[in-house]
Amino acid sequence: MIRFEDVSVVYDGAAKPAIRGVDLTVPEGELALLVGPSGVGKSTLLNAVCGLVPHFTGGTLRGRVTVDGRDTRTHPPRELADVVGTVGQDPLAHFVTDTVEDELAYGMESLGLPRDTMRRRVEETLDLLGLTELRDRPIASLSGGQQQRVAIGSVLTPHPRVLVLDEPTSALDPAAAEEVLAVLQRLVHDLGTTVLLAEHRLERVVQYADQVIVLPSPGAAPTAGAPADMMAVSPVRPPVVALGRLAGWSPLPLTVRDARRRAAPLRERLANLAPAPRTGGRVPALTPTRAPAAVAERLTVRRGRAEVLRGVSLSVAAGETVALMGRNGAGKSTLLAALVGLHRPAAGSVRLGDLAPHRTRPAELLRHAGLVPQDPRDLLYADTVAAECTAADADAQAAAGTCRALVAELLPGVPDDAHPRDLSEGQRLALALAVVLTARPRLLLLDEPTRGLDYAAKARLVGVLRELAAAGHAIVLATHDVELAAELAHRVVILADGEVVADGPTAEVVVASPSFAPQVAKILGPAGSGAEGTPWLTVAQVRDALEAAA
Amino acid sequence: MTPRAAGAPDAHPTRPGLQLRETDGATGRARQSPGAGQARPASHSGPEDDGAGPLRPGRRADGKRALHALRPPRADRANALHAGAWWLWALGLATAASRTTNPLLLALLVAVAGYVVAARRTDAPWARSYALFLKLGLVVIALRLLFATFLGSPIPGTHTLFTLPEVPLPEWAQGVRLGGRVTAEQLTFAGYDGMKLATLLICVGAANALANPARLLKSLPAALYELGVAVVVAMTFAPHFVADVARLRRARRLRGRDDRGLRALLQVGLPVLEGALERSVALAAAMDARGYGRTARLPRAVRLTTAALTLGGLLGVCAGTYGLLAASGAGYGLPVLALGTAAAAGGLWLGGRRAVRSRYRPDRFGPRAWLVAASGAAVGGLMIYANSYAPAALHPVVVPLTAPELPLWPAACCLLGLLPALVAPVPPRPPRPPRSPRSPRPPRPTEDRPRKETAQ
Repeated sequence: MIRFEDVSVVYDGAAKPAIRGVDLTVPEGELALLVGPSGVGKSTLLNAVCGLVPHFTGGTLRGRVTVDGRDTRTHPPRELADVVGTVGQDPLAHFVTDTVEDELAYGMESLGLPRDTMRRRVEETLDLLGLTELRDRPIASLSGGQQQRVAIGSVLTPHPRVLVLDEPTSALDPAAAEEVLAVLQRLVHDLGTTVLLAEHRLERVVQYADQVIVLPSPGAAPTAGAPADMMAVSPVRPPVVALGRLAGWSPLPLTVRDARRRAAPLRERLANLAPAPRTGGRVPALTPTRAPAAVAERLTVRRGRAEVLRGVSLSVAAGETVALMGRNGAGKSTLLAALVGLHRPAAGSVRLGDLAPHRTRPAELLRHAGLVPQDPRDLLYADTVAAECTAADADAQAAAGTCRALVAELLPGVPDDAHPRDLSEGQRLALALAVVLTARPRLLLLDEPTRGLDYAAKARLVGVLRELAAAGHAIVLATHDVELAAELAHRVVILADGEVVADGPTAEVVVASPSFAPQVAKILGPAGSGAEGTPWLTVAQVRDALEAAA
Repeated sequence: MTPRAAGAPDAHPTRPGLQLRETDGATGRARQSPGAGQARPASHSGPEDDGAGPLRPGRRADGKRALHALRPPRADRANALHAGAWWLWALGLATAASRTTNPLLLALLVAVAGYVVAARRTDAPWARSYALFLKLGLVVIALRLLFATFLGSPIPGTHTLFTLPEVPLPEWAQGVRLGGRVTAEQLTFAGYDGMKLATLLICVGAANALANPARLLKSLPAALYELGVAVVVAMTFAPHFVADVARLRRARRLRGRDDRGLRALLQVGLPVLEGALERSVALAAAMDARGYGRTARLPRAVRLTTAALTLGGLLGVCAGTYGLLAASGAGYGLPVLALGTAAAAGGLWLGGRRAVRSRYRPDRFGPRAWLVAASGAAVGGLMIYANSYAPAALHPVVVPLTAPELPLWPAACCLLGLLPALVAPVPPRPPRPPRSPRSPRPPRPTEDRPRKETAQ
């Protein structure tokens, strides 16, 4: 269905080709998963399938890409629109119209399908993706996950034979991601649609793949093969595979179910061991003399007429890491924004020490709380990394070079004259984090920090955040990434519909719900709990315990 | 039709059903009347609020049925009023406003437009523009008064209010006056005139607030589609742009800088522009990948005919208009104009065949849309007619200064413009009313639900 024949792409002005020597075949009706670290050319490869590379992006494409027998050199993207449906990383950039229903119909209108066909397919797609309730809503008013589903729906309606998706689940909560993947699965099964997708969250998708294509490093030729074989050599791997490699299982398990069936010996070895505390030392208990870093009491925030948060109470101690979880639109971002005073409480209160954040001058607040927003680009204005650092020093009234030193620590090897927009997602996040940390805020807030990060960048982020927590920063992160929460958080707070529905130690909260449980906890299961009854949450815990025992 | 009409009361059998059964004998035929079939609301809170009280008992049930049928359903995608109908209505009101300077009539027109907007506008961003147009109207009146004060006007007057120092002007500027005497008559005349302009603006604002611009563009002929999409994209960009500015200003707060003031706005300017540019490139890519701009391959002959028809038609329209306006060519003017219009229309139609697009659920110009458009046209038409029988009442004299009177019939005509507030579908409530258990649910939506099902 999709054939790459010795394809290489060189963008204008680039010294090296973005991808080189790509020889690939994706047969009809297969779900192919494209994996690799950030910046290896996954997006380039995906966009070459729908013809946007090189027709839209410019650059030179050598070799030949054919989709359903059509050569992309002679067919511009619009002539491929009836066979290939493409959804990019940012669903917002994808929308042409303003309401859900119109958006679903747009592609079909362009193809000139008859009216009754369009009507039928829109209804089917609304049902398939669970969008019926939202059909008349303006797209701008939807949450991230809803938007992602609309974006996928909008390319499904013309019934393309090939679907190309760039990180379709990275913005979604675990349940919504599973829904989207179930839809893809059904398309592959029932309609024989060929799906090619790139995804960083392998733990979510690898078990659905028929073929895995690994792009190991920039400019290197990809290798393709069965998922289990490819996971053995892939530089990026989900926790279930990492645990399998640690335990020396062969063939490698890809699903929690496979792994659990093989995990009996490992469980026995771990039976008498206890998981090490994951973060450096316990959180010092709150004493009357030490006020918590942030307290929200019965906080209610309204947006327009809707109550986004209702009576939320939360207290974060210094040195504590709290993960805020919950489905898309549950109010996580709003709670973070309220903690830095971007929203006025409609009822209740927010205190940072003895400050009310919404009444504090920004320059003063900077030293008490810092937020890294979902899109770190919002925080970066300057043309170069160096200028950004200078500005951050000035904003925080810190000694010159403070920010630059932080950047060097978080992000070694970034040149001073790099433009912030040219950095990779992970690098940008690190830069924004450095900018926020320049003022040394006591409370650090991160909104979806792992979106678009590969496992290596995520591991670095985990290391940095642990050190910060150990240094006494209170950290609150809103995330959908259960593995991140398992690695990092002392406490997990689950929000639903603007209310706190669970608040407790990570091990308890996360294991209590199947959709929030990390893979390792699922594999080593209730029976595999450690000696003190604490469950195993991460591969690193298991590795450390085994090494200590050996 | 009949089963649906008969089924409707069953859907909500409590009060209306009982009440219908009482009068069943009298309304046996009415039940099958065509009026009962369309958009018949099943539930209503009580029969008294129809205003059907004073009707005689025999006709009472008939009248009630007609009113039932007329009762507006809740607006959704399927029965949304055609955007063109709102514009026709508003243009009718605007025509009426342009035919009178009577401040009482103008105020009545503004009130009519305002009431309809208040009753039928949605929560959409464009619907909030009405207040802006109201303010713009006030600015127009203020400007007109200001000009009349400083530049004077040819209206003679005896009630001097005050005298401004007059700036002597050279001889060639005769007829122009700066400063000088300001009379009550001048100001009244300017005020009337300003009100007329303001009312026109407010009528346009009403259409703007009520009609969905995207839907209006969807009704354009296919040949103009590309133009339409450019406008639609521009319109979806405007709210994004505003949201971007708001987001980046908030982000400035996160950097510890002030988020208020002109400097803050200027400093986020560049990132906002960059973001908008990036997004437009991404949008163009997405549109291309989704088939935007696919064209059918037409034979050369058809393409040439299209070009010839469009060009020739436009030339014909020009020549015809000239013929009509020039003194000598009144004979051939009209036919040439008609021919030209037909040719241009043919060209557009042929050009539309080049586009392969189809339209998803276009708005239909249904009976309600006709009623709305007709009410506007009636207001405009009757006001033009009123100029022939009561010109004095429509243009109150300012010399000598007299209080304007409200002429009964033209005023009654203006009230016809309220019809949309009765027949146009009612927009739904805001999407998410607060759902906390403490606050009781607003009763309307629950009551309306069965109505929506039967109104299809």
